[in-house]
Amino acid sequence: MARVVVDVMPKPEILDPQGQAVANALPRLGFDGVTAVRQGKHFELEVADDVDDATLAKIAETFLANPVIEDWTVRRVEA
Amino acid sequence: MRVGVITFPGTLDDVDAQRAVRHADGEAVPLWHGDHDLKGVDAVIVPGGFSYGDYLRCGAIARFAPVMQEVVEAANKGMPVLGICNGFQILAEAHLLPGALTRNEKLHFVCRDQWLRVENNTTAWTTRYDRNAEILIPLKSGEGSYQADEDTLKELEDEHRIVFRYVGDNPNGSRNDIAGITNARGNVVGLMPHPEHAIDALTGPTDDGLGMFLSLLDTVVKA
Repeated sequence: MARVVVDVMPKPEILDPQGQAVANALPRLGFDGVTAVRQGKHFELEVADDVDDATLAKIAETFLANPVIEDWTVRRVEA
Repeated sequence: MRVGVITFPGTLDDVDAQRAVRHADGEAVPLWHGDHDLKGVDAVIVPGGFSYGDYLRCGAIARFAPVMQEVVEAANKGMPVLGICNGFQILAEAHLLPGALTRNEKLHFVCRDQWLRVENNTTAWTTRYDRNAEILIPLKSGEGSYQADEDTLKELEDEHRIVFRYVGDNPNGSRNDIAGITNARGNVVGLMPHPEHAIDALTGPTDDGLGMFLSLLDTVVKA
């Protein structure tokens, strides 16, 4: 078994109102100096050893992310 | 005219969509998300709601439902398909329509009666309207902000594929005030507001939405 991490982020040109709301809340909570926040998704997949990188990319591109509005990265990590 | 109305786990507006079909003298045929079967219908409505709880992204899981594989195949052969609200999100995720629907610009769920302008009255679902007619129907969505890249927006504008545009204040930050679009062929239409909730003045703000279902009747009769 291997652990695979897929990170999905809104594309830079796509408005991220959730990230903006978090950024706007920080000064109100007394945290100064954070100039921008982008909010995305983080997936941890436990996969069998015979699942290859092409398959993982396909999972990310066709399902976990919507490439119209989101960028994605896939990486294998130590479990 | 037999019109299929799909029910997914979490669909809300299938009952009103079926009622709208009957108001247009059609037969509403319930379709189940788990069936590879369109039951021989002439057209399909993908109604609003929160299919699969909106998990992952709105429409992302519904897109892979067995019935949607049949809808995609039929739509590509020319069958009229209408996606309302969550249905629009599902059609975008299924790549039957370009772009994507994202969280409303100001994060608030918007629920109000909304004026729209009908800018394309040549689709399978809009022939009963005058071009540039303004209609008032309910809008109720939290993720209705239409987004697409510049090339796609230009293509939609140049090919007159923006079917409905918001009139007055843009309720959700949609690019180019887009409320609804069509595919190149004009058989697939998706919109965020709800024509099925405005088919008679007793239960809706107007009966302005009924024209979409009557338009379909004309389309099916001519076919």
